[in-house]
Amino acid sequence: MGEAIVVTSGKGGVGKTTTTANIGTGLAALGKSVVVVDGDTGLRNLDVLMWLENRIVFTLMDVIENKCKLKQALIKDKRFPNLFLLPTAQTRDKNDISIDQMEKLINDLKVEFDYVIIDCPAGIEQGFENAVVAADRALIVVNPEVTSVRDADRVIGKLDSKGLENHQLIVNRLNYKMTQSGDMLDVDDILDSLAIKLIGVVPDDRSITISTNKGEPVVLNDKAEAGKAFRNIARRITGEEVQFMDMSSGESSLISSIKKLLGIR
Amino acid sequence: MNIFNLFSSKSSSKDMAKERLKLILIHDRASISPELLEIIKEEILAVISKYVEIDKSEIDVKMTKLDSEDGNSPALIASIPIRNIK
Repeated sequence: MGEAIVVTSGKGGVGKTTTTANIGTGLAALGKSVVVVDGDTGLRNLDVLMWLENRIVFTLMDVIENKCKLKQALIKDKRFPNLFLLPTAQTRDKNDISIDQMEKLINDLKVEFDYVIIDCPAGIEQGFENAVVAADRALIVVNPEVTSVRDADRVIGKLDSKGLENHQLIVNRLNYKMTQSGDMLDVDDILDSLAIKLIGVVPDDRSITISTNKGEPVVLNDKAEAGKAFRNIARRITGEEVQFMDMSSGESSLISSIKKLLGIR
Repeated sequence: MNIFNLFSSKSSSKDMAKERLKLILIHDRASISPELLEIIKEEILAVISKYVEIDKSEIDVKMTKLDSEDGNSPALIASIPIRNIK
């Protein structure tokens, strides 16, 4: 029996879909069998990030409505034979799927895969309820901004009240230089505010935009800092202890060597 | 905190963000709406007005936090200036 992990945030635009694609791909690269499920019915995008948008024939809506078998709707990834996408419908509504239907679907997937990663839509309405119902664990994505942390707090409260207490935080789009100059909330500031443990910090990285353009998750880019961050998160999900990255490595070597001389971090 | 910040005396936007976030979360978690706070305020004033004359223009009732042993517990702070004891 596999583990179902929902990637959620409350607020939109913080990087849930990017995180889902990268963690799914990262776990597949570790040899796990993985399915990434698009929970954002009506506004699907996970297919685009995986560059599988041209291969969609059936969606999870067709599975739920018994128009096809589950296996027919699964799309095999271009790079990993052990990675699949279950897309959702673009021309339907989140309210067209019930909580019971979604619970059954995710439980069926858990029988077939080591990891079922669910991309939750923004908001805390029906789409959210459907995405979290069968999850064993939640990853909450947050940007270092007041609005995002506030919404994350609300989502954590909701998850706790549902008994989904296995949840960890991903701080996404952290700009190390801005945290050091006092112009951005730091990881510790966010952790002080939220009742949640940290599983990873993803730096703000131009490589993400480039990899999105190419339809190739950044986790496969060995040179990208963000890629390394996502690889680390994937390993932590499997239970491995991985040290947190030194975010200062992005600084110019002159400044960082001066800082080292002065004993400043 | 790093040494470069010591030379700038103005509070950073990060500190402002932290302070604002703290207050927003207190409000959200307490789930007391501004409307409810207004009702509470009116009722407190009605009781106090029975015994003392108060300055209604200077009243300040707000949610904040107390630094207690178990972290930040929400607190209702009311500042009610008294004009005269009746």
